[in-house]
Amino acid sequence: MGLIDKHALIEKNATLLLVGSLLVVTVGGIVEIAPLFYLDNTIEKVEGMRPYTPLELAGRNIYVREGCYLCHSQMIRPFRDEVERYGHYSLAAESMYDHPFQWGSKRTGPDLARVGDRYSNAWHVQHLADPRSVVPESVMPNYAFLKDTPIEVKDFSTHLIANRRVGVPYSDDMVANANADLMAQADPNADTTGLEKRYPKAKVGDFDGNPQQVTEMDALVAYLQMLGTLVDFKNYDEAAGYR
Amino acid sequence: MKFGTEIVLLSLFAFGALVAAGLGVDEPFRQHMWVLFFALVGFTAILLRNTDFKPAAPIDPSAYMDGPIRYGAIATVFWGVVGMLVGLVIALELAYPQLNIGPWFNFGRLRPLHTSGVIFAFGGNALLCTSMYVVQRTSRARLFGGNLAWFVFWGYQLFIVMAATGYLLGITEGREYAEPEWYVDLWLTVVWVAYLILFLGTILKRKEPHIYVANWFYLSFIITIAMLHVVNNLSMPVSFLGSKSYSAFSGVQDALTQWWYGHNAVGFFLTAGFLGMMYYFVPKQVNRPVYSYRLSIIHFWALIFLYIWAGPHHLHYTALPDWAQTLGMVFSIMLWMPSWGGMINGLMTLSGAWDKIRTDPIVRMMVAAIAFYGMSTFEGPMMSIKTVNSLSHYTDWTIGHVHSGALGWVGLITFGAIYYMVPKLWNRERLYSMRLVTWHFWLATLGIVVYAAVMWVSGIMQGLMWREYDEQGFLVYSFAETVAAMHPYYVMRAAGGAMYLAGMLIMAWNVTMTIRGYQRKEQPLPGSAPALQPAE
Repeated sequence: MGLIDKHALIEKNATLLLVGSLLVVTVGGIVEIAPLFYLDNTIEKVEGMRPYTPLELAGRNIYVREGCYLCHSQMIRPFRDEVERYGHYSLAAESMYDHPFQWGSKRTGPDLARVGDRYSNAWHVQHLADPRSVVPESVMPNYAFLKDTPIEVKDFSTHLIANRRVGVPYSDDMVANANADLMAQADPNADTTGLEKRYPKAKVGDFDGNPQQVTEMDALVAYLQMLGTLVDFKNYDEAAGYR
Repeated sequence: MKFGTEIVLLSLFAFGALVAAGLGVDEPFRQHMWVLFFALVGFTAILLRNTDFKPAAPIDPSAYMDGPIRYGAIATVFWGVVGMLVGLVIALELAYPQLNIGPWFNFGRLRPLHTSGVIFAFGGNALLCTSMYVVQRTSRARLFGGNLAWFVFWGYQLFIVMAATGYLLGITEGREYAEPEWYVDLWLTVVWVAYLILFLGTILKRKEPHIYVANWFYLSFIITIAMLHVVNNLSMPVSFLGSKSYSAFSGVQDALTQWWYGHNAVGFFLTAGFLGMMYYFVPKQVNRPVYSYRLSIIHFWALIFLYIWAGPHHLHYTALPDWAQTLGMVFSIMLWMPSWGGMINGLMTLSGAWDKIRTDPIVRMMVAAIAFYGMSTFEGPMMSIKTVNSLSHYTDWTIGHVHSGALGWVGLITFGAIYYMVPKLWNRERLYSMRLVTWHFWLATLGIVVYAAVMWVSGIMQGLMWREYDEQGFLVYSFAETVAAMHPYYVMRAAGGAMYLAGMLIMAWNVTMTIRGYQRKEQPLPGSAPALQPAE
């Protein structure tokens, strides 16, 4: 075995070994990941996707912070049982503005990709505060503290700008109105015409049942209620989406 | 002056942390900076108490530098106890949800603490200290760079403390096994580059012509983890005085980048690095050469080449394009071969010394580790087949698979290496007690068997219940019913984990007593000394 004998060269030269192994381990990543950034059919063509409203984004950050993704997936696979249980299988387009993605890897609890509009706001608040009061079998921790924690807003436009820098199409208008939009979405008495124009299909209202203040519960429920509701499947060409 | 520069730098960093604690834009960041401040001040105080104005004693450049390795061995045992204890807590939280004490000790915040605790704190310290031990002895050279090894050790502990406290405060990037936020990631990058320089520098000044096979694995693990860590953690901070950042990639690209990282955290952190451990400590403990030099070459290059492709099998049937899923599956199945190449090379090293399994509990531990490695590297490729994965994905089967690898392979091979190193590092004649090692072995092995078997049953049951239809074409079970069905298995799993933790506590006791210089008065294990035969 001549080739094996030549291996002594690498064994005697640390730089060769280092560079050799680095080259060998880069190949797989380049072949698999790089094409996803330029192949057009990686993300399906759909109608209805828009960036998160400031309140939804704040809610999403709470979802990430509490580690919800460790027990709930947001990725419905194209199987009969999953589609019947959770709704249309998930499209890549539906997480195109997700930094980071939250597809998850474990279903200790059910998939949440299309949980939006399935339950009332009041149900969500009750369930988050005391899960076993509505689902006796549940093993979910309770998140009652979210109701008592006012949301820390500061200058929320910085969050939109950070997202814009990594490719989410937030307009200048959206950035300028970030704080106002965040507060208005959870306030049933606010004028939300601007908000609803900037973010079509945004759900407006007092999510947590406490109109006095905007809490983390408002934000999280606003996020849950929009999950999976944006894409218009009536106009979706399924065959064109296969790849 | 001893520690002069260190004290000045640490005080400056502590002051910086104090400023950041005052100016931070979000509450978790301010709290996190307070943690950093107290950690740095505490460390400065320790150095101040140990400072000395006498000129330092000259260092013998031909002697091995074992100080950081001794600390590393202790840290490995300490973080092992912590990480596994947190694992037991979250296992019990699933069985008894009342145990969730929010917000700090909810499952969602403790779970990253457990995974990072066992992978990066326990496993990472094991890799750090064994790699420093092995590279010096196989290169016949002192560690490169003076106090660089101390910087790597303490810098890594700071990373662990910042990551762990961050999780409890709710600071996370939301990427499994890469949860620490941007500033902790930057710090780890600094420490990791120092580690690479330390390791490579030591190899470069070796007195042996050949680089020993264990060091190939350690080196490829260090460089690959550097690449994975940097690419996967690319993110845009909201503010340089805030904890939150947004990942550079989104959706499908983000998912594959994450699992390219995630699977190779397994492949390189938990496999390649620990294979390096196997290639040194197994031949040493059984006193036999490595079985096959050729096999080690072939399986080394094949393993590192193939592993990196396997990530997409975490995303079967998701919105990831089919071609990437299939590619991931094919490479995952091929990966079975180099994995078993390593297993064969490790096991066959015992050729002619198999009797040691009976007489030496440390050898028994190492052999069990390699056997578990073989088992989980068969199970992994099997689960990566799309049809199997459609059942196993999202269920406890995955958790069981990870634990048979982590507890069986990573845990047992580490225990073997620590038991081998500790008496030598502290110049003790032998361990405090070999009988306690036997106890540890059986508790650990039975714990793994209970854990893995329970998770197979519960995972497959869970998957089957989700997809079960009745004869009229309706789904039989609501999701809540499948959750209720898991309860007995969650309890049994916690029992398996508790056994494993009990073994770990016995180890902590045994190692502590060995370091303190005690030897337990006990009957030697049967067969450990050749029986005397009466003269004919």
